[in-house]
Amino acid sequence: MVKYFLGLSVLKSSWDQVFVAFWQRYPNPYSKHVLTEDILFREVTPDNRLISRRLLTKTNRAPRWTEKYLPSNMARSAYIIEDSIVDPQSRTLTTFTWNISHARYMAVEERCVYGVNPDNNSWTEIKREAWISSNLFGLSRALQEFGLARFKSSITKTMKGFEFILAKMQGGTPSRTLAETAKEATDKVKETALAATEKAKDLASQAQKKQQYV
Amino acid sequence: MNSVGEGCTELKREYDQCFNRWFAEKFLKGDRSGDPCIEMFKNYQQCVQKAIKDKDIPIEGVEFMGPNKEKPGS
Repeated sequence: MVKYFLGLSVLKSSWDQVFVAFWQRYPNPYSKHVLTEDILFREVTPDNRLISRRLLTKTNRAPRWTEKYLPSNMARSAYIIEDSIVDPQSRTLTTFTWNISHARYMAVEERCVYGVNPDNNSWTEIKREAWISSNLFGLSRALQEFGLARFKSSITKTMKGFEFILAKMQGGTPSRTLAETAKEATDKVKETALAATEKAKDLASQAQKKQQYV
Repeated sequence: MNSVGEGCTELKREYDQCFNRWFAEKFLKGDRSGDPCIEMFKNYQQCVQKAIKDKDIPIEGVEFMGPNKEKPGS
């Protein structure tokens, strides 16, 4: 399952100021989660474009409730690579960013194109696309099943509790009443079990019949 | 901003200063006279590539803009 995001933002600054800022934007008050920044590769191409690779480490902030389901020794910081091309001729900056750690749990890829805003050429627009995918999305189904099973068993406990208390309130000999209730319950369980076995047998034979026709 | 290699931050800062000046005053203005920061970059790179190996950071064999190739054009 992949979630797709598309957005457009505007910065009220000229393209060259934005491109300069792009290399100097860390640290800033909103980047406390960014721990390190390094340029791993940089080159000016024959057609005068600047290509660079930047490595970032960021804190890995997962919501509390996922902690139970993720390995306890999962690394606390994530590695992200950002590849970019600055083209001063077309006045565009293209970036592609993705995580190279924790990808098994969640992969986030982002492509941005920065360019002159067509409505106001002293502004810069950023077209941003992202693709987010996670194996964790299967976890929601697991949680639902778990929740439902737990709910069903707690209904049983609730009913048993009621019967016990009602029996006590109604006087009589609670132990006999309890024994009767218990016997009824056991019988009911047996009935249910029998019915289930019959149904299972039924389904199995239907399946067999289908196979004969295949 | 710190480097991922603790001992590389100074070298990184020196390189960044050189780069930022060249980028704003030369490169973006169409001046093709060449990158004056090459030596500084080499020193910084030696340090940081070692730190990456030591920390086992999985940057090997990733093509430039690699994953982008699979994405639909827009």
